[in-house]
Formats: sequence, structure tokens, C-alpha cells
Amino acid sequence: MAEARILNVAEALREATDVAMEHDPRIFVMGEGVSDPKAIFGTTAGLAERYGAARVMEMPIAENGFTGVAIGAAIMGRRPLIVHQRVDFALLSLEQLFNNAAKTCYVTGGHHTVPLVVRMIVGRGWGQGPAHSQSLEPLFAMIPGLKVVMPTTAREAKGQLIAALEDPNPVIMIEHRWVHYATGHVPAGRYTVPLDGPRRVREGGDVTIVATSYMLLEALRAAETLEKAGISADVIDMAVLRPFAPEPIVDSVRRTGRLLFIDTGFRQFGIGAEVVATVVEQAFGSLVTPPVRLGLPEHPTPSSRALLTDFYPTALSIIDAAAALTGIEPARIAAPRAALAAELAKLPVDVPHPTFRGPF
Amino acid sequence: MTTSRAGADLPDLYRAMRRIRMIEEAVAVRYAEQEMRCPVHLSIGQEAVAVGVCAGMRPDDQLVSTHRCHAHYLAKNGDLKAMLAEIYGKAAGCCGGRGGSMHLTDSTAGVLLSLPIVASSIPIAVGAALAIRQEGRDAVAATFMGDGSIEEGVFHESMNFAALMRLPVLFILENNLYSCYTGLKDRQPRRPFVDLARGYGMPAEAADGNDVEAVREAARRAIARARAGDGPTLLVFDTYRWREHCGPNYDNDIGYRTEAEFLDWKERCPVEQAHRRLVAAGRHDEAAEAAMTAAIQAEINEAFAFAKTAPFPSPETARSHVYG
Ligand SMILES: Cc1ncc(C[n+]2csc(CCOP(=O)(O)OP(=O)(O)O)c2C)c(N)n1
Ligand SMILES: [Mg+2]
Repeated sequence: MAEARILNVAEALREATDVAMEHDPRIFVMGEGVSDPKAIFGTTAGLAERYGAARVMEMPIAENGFTGVAIGAAIMGRRPLIVHQRVDFALLSLEQLFNNAAKTCYVTGGHHTVPLVVRMIVGRGWGQGPAHSQSLEPLFAMIPGLKVVMPTTAREAKGQLIAALEDPNPVIMIEHRWVHYATGHVPAGRYTVPLDGPRRVREGGDVTIVATSYMLLEALRAAETLEKAGISADVIDMAVLRPFAPEPIVDSVRRTGRLLFIDTGFRQFGIGAEVVATVVEQAFGSLVTPPVRLGLPEHPTPSSRALLTDFYPTALSIIDAAAALTGIEPARIAAPRAALAAELAKLPVDVPHPTFRGPF
Repeated sequence: MTTSRAGADLPDLYRAMRRIRMIEEAVAVRYAEQEMRCPVHLSIGQEAVAVGVCAGMRPDDQLVSTHRCHAHYLAKNGDLKAMLAEIYGKAAGCCGGRGGSMHLTDSTAGVLLSLPIVASSIPIAVGAALAIRQEGRDAVAATFMGDGSIEEGVFHESMNFAALMRLPVLFILENNLYSCYTGLKDRQPRRPFVDLARGYGMPAEAADGNDVEAVREAARRAIARARAGDGPTLLVFDTYRWREHCGPNYDNDIGYRTEAEFLDWKERCPVEQAHRRLVAAGRHDEAAEAAMTAAIQAEINEAFAFAKTAPFPSPETARSHVYG
């Protein structure tokens, strides 16, 4: 077996863009900061130097305008990749995305396609506050004509972005800023990970745990601890929100009888709402207990860390929800849970990584 | 009638700028303590625009600012303790810790809102002016806008609307030559900014953004027009941000601009220019300077002590005020 190539997700996304651009001269990058010294948290680093300003285009602060420009170019057969530093900034471009990117293929009876990729990043921590931390994936996932992906591991992130750049349809990639720090083995060169639905990342038989993006990393930590208490979780990465392909989740619930969904965004009207509804419709008879959803509460993200103590689901709240779902005695989980709690307490709630010093 | 600093003389303007400079320098120094855990966009180097414009504004005049709002808020007499407490994430902050440094607000001082999404604040000021008009008052609204914000569609929509309705608004274009790490020439064609107003049949005026008296005079004329019912004005001020886009450090070494350019602008420091002018006119000396900065430093120390020791908001309150 080849030696492991360990990259983090930010590096994997950079490599994906590089590989795809080398392969397909029609691909070009647009965004505010794509060629600046920070290079969108490193995800576009070196691309402007390698491909030039004509293919790595610094943008004015004009999200709706340049998204429309990208769609126009895409209809003409070019392959734009737009990058936004925050989901919150992409909000200005929803008109173009929802009315034009998502509908042009349909309205023209398949005559035109819109091969556009839009990356946007969910902020979290260091007081980002109400307008720099929104995880609004359901907004995009509800629109037919868009594909919506949330990468979580480095290998998948690279393969999904290359697949998105080769796809004839508009693909929205929503990245959580804290996922950028996750490391893993990433194969060299070109490969794709299909944009076709959820995938199992851990096998188990007692409870099905499904999560999006960063919450998958919390869920995996929870699953390790649950294992120590004798609960085996079937953990599924939602990965692709649209096209919606619930079969792996439904199949899993048919085996476990229990479903826990963790949203990176809001709990109400979240991705979990659609998944739970679908499982109830298709596998009602298999459920031994009502499904449970975790996600963000019903208020904006406050800036102060003091107000965030109960805001985000954590491995601990996932453990508690899974323990309640499976009905195990609290005493059985107490020791491993306490060990994890002690480990988590070492890092403040508002930083993603021990090396982080702010401000972004 | 509420009081105005419209007649503010150079010593007042100088003191206001020096105070803002010292406050922001203190934020920069103490940021490393890792207790101000939110992004900060410092206005060091840009004090003259904030102070010169606000000199002619009354407390009932409304100001709407951006992510880079500290100087605007302070120049309009926003409460210092409430600002620092907000940056420290405390309950006594101007937003109770909900907003952080990009959301400064102070209704008593007429700081309506600060908003971190670029250009998002521009139509809010136009709306404030509409409300003032509907209420039949002679107050005005001002929106501070970075050079980047005029690239957004909503800037143009707001200019058109304000001109059409002849609303009492000041569009204050604070051109510091950069949007984050991208220079103006990579984002906009070369043309005089004042021409933007011509497209909407709106008067415009440009002045040296590092000369506080020039700023004050230009703003005074625009405010007078707005109060008289003669509609909006675009004011254009060139200035320079000394430190990194976001955070406490200098970043002239990372490659998007040169140390020489920075030093050139530093030479034209708005605070020092005003200081030199006062000294040359025999209206200020070392003793006066020492007394003034000592008083300001005492105020700053007290405000930081307040912010650092103030209690955090309790977590349950995170849920309140979603609706009014
Ligand atoms: C709609 C939107 N796009 C992008 C951003 C990210 N952003 C924050 S500040 C900034 C630069 C703004 O430049 P300018 O308007 O000149 O203000 P300055 O920072 O120079 O004061 C950018 C691009 C944002 N906050 N909102
Ligand atoms: Mg600027």
C-alpha cells in the first residue's frame, strides 16, 4: 500500500482545484480574496501564480453581479468556480442562483446547462456573531436544479470538488470552517467522489446517527465513546443533500430501529427534518422509538462565547441523545463520557484548533 | 433643539481624534491577551473622516456604519464602556454581547446600527432618512461606506432612491484604497468617485480625508443642504488604514501593499497634522498635550477595567429578543 498522504480539508480543496484546472482549461476561479495573500483560508493558495489572473480572477464586492456573470459564462460552456468566504456573503447572490443557475436547464428543455460550482464557508467561533456564522444549507437544498454537497473528510472533499467541477449542473459546496482543519489521507492526482448521496462512515447495529459536515466529526467522537459503553452506532455522513438519496439511511434504520440526526444548521426546518420525515414515511414499522434531531436553537448566533455554551451540539449532547434513544442505564456511559468531557474542556468553546489565535 | 458640535473648533477635533487613536491603540495592544474574542477592524489612520463628519452632526442625526465602525461610533459620542464591553462579550456591551465589534450601536448618541455585511448598511441610512422626512424633522442620516461597498448593487439602488426622493442623507465614501488585501485598481475602473453622484443627479464633493478641517467643512455643507430639504450628497474622502484589515497587527510585509506606501500615508497622519497645525498657531503645547493625553488615558483605563471585570451575559439570555 502506498504511503499515506496526510492533508487537511483546506489543502485537499486546494489540490482538487489545481488538479481540475490543469485537466480542464475552461475552469476559472472567481471570488473576493481568491488571489490575495490569505487565499480563502489557503484553499486557493498558489493558483493565481500558477494559472494567472485570467483564470484566478479577483472580484469586486459584487456577489449577485459576478454570480450572474459566472452563470452567463457557464451557459456558454465555460466552467466557473466561485468562492465566498462566508455563506452569509453568498446570500446576496441567491436571485441569480435560484432563478437562473437552478432553472436554465429545465426551462430550456435541457438545451442549456449551467456547469457552475459555488463554494461557501460556514464561520464559527472567535465571536463571528450573527452575520458571519450562518449554516443555511436547507435554503439551497430545497431548490431543484441545484446540487448541494457538504464535505467533511479530506479525501471526500477533494474527490467531491473535482466531481463538482466536472458536473454539467450547478453545484453548491458548503464547507464548515472547522472542517478545514480535519486531516486525513488524500490520494494524489485526479479522482472523483460521486455526488450521489450519503455514505456510511462507521458500522454499528444499535442506533443510526446521521450528520452533516462538522457535526459528523462530533458524531464520530460520540460514537467512539458510545462504543466503550457497549453501544454500536451506524454513523452516516449526509455528504450530499441534493440530489436527496435517503436509501442508505432508511436501510440503516431498518436494521437499528433508531435514528438520531445532527444538523450543522438550525434544527427546525433543517436537513434532519427532511430525513426524519422520509424515514417515517418509508420505515415507520422499523422504528422502535421516535427519531431525535439535534441542531442549532431558534435564535441567531450571538458573538459572546458566554452565550454559546448551549448553542452548538457537541459529542457530549450527541452521546446523551443516543443514550436516551437506546435506553441504556446512565451508569454504563458515565465513565467514558466523563473522560471525553475532560478532554473537550481543554479547548475553549470558540476555537477550532489548539493553534488558533484569532481573529479569523 | 439638541446640541450640536457643528461649531467644533480644531482643538476639539484634535482631541476627539487623539482619543479615538489612543482607544484603538489600546485595543490593539490588549488584543493579544485573547480576551477580546471577536474580529476587530481598526480605523487607525482614518480618524479624520469620522471626526470631521460627526462634528456637524447632532445626537438626533442618525449614523449607520460598517464592520469598521469603532471610530464612527466614538466620533458620534457612542459610549466607550459599552463599546469595550461589547468587544469583551459582556452583558454591559452595547448589544449585550450578541453582536461583537462589528455591530456597534448607541441610540442616545444617534448611532443607529453598524452592520458587517458590506454595503448592507447603505439603504438602512436611506430608510432612516425616510423616517426623518415622514416625521417632519430636520435631522439627517449618514452612511459611512468603504471604497469596496460601492461595488455592490445596493449602493447604486440607494443612491438612486435617495436622489429621487431628495432624502436628507450623507453618503460618505471613505476610500482607504483597499478591500481587505485587494487594491482599488484590481476592483474598479479609474474614474473620479464624485462622478458616481453625477449619474444620479446628486451633488458630490471630495476633500482630503486626512485633513479633519477639510472633512468638517465638506460635511457641514452637505448637512446644511440635507437639513434645508435639498437632498442627499456624496462625500468622498481619501484616507488610509494603517493596520491589517482585521486584527491588531501591521501587515505591510505580506505582499499586497508596500511599506513605502504605508510610510507615505503615515507621514500624513490625520492626528499629527491637526496637532502640528494647533502648535503652529500657538493654540497647543507640550503641557496641554500631556494633560489631555493623561485625561484620555485615565478614561481608557477605567473603561477597560470596567469591560474586563463586567459580568458575562448568562447563557439563558441567548434565547431572548428574537422577537420584539
Ligand atoms: C457582502 C459581503 N461580501 C464580502 C464581505 C467580506 N468583507 C468584509 S470587509 C470587506 C472589505 C470591505 O472593503 P471596504 O468597503 O473598502 O471597507 P474597509 O474594510 O476598507 O474599511 C470584505 C470584502 C462582507 N462582509 N460582505
Ligand atoms: Mg476600503
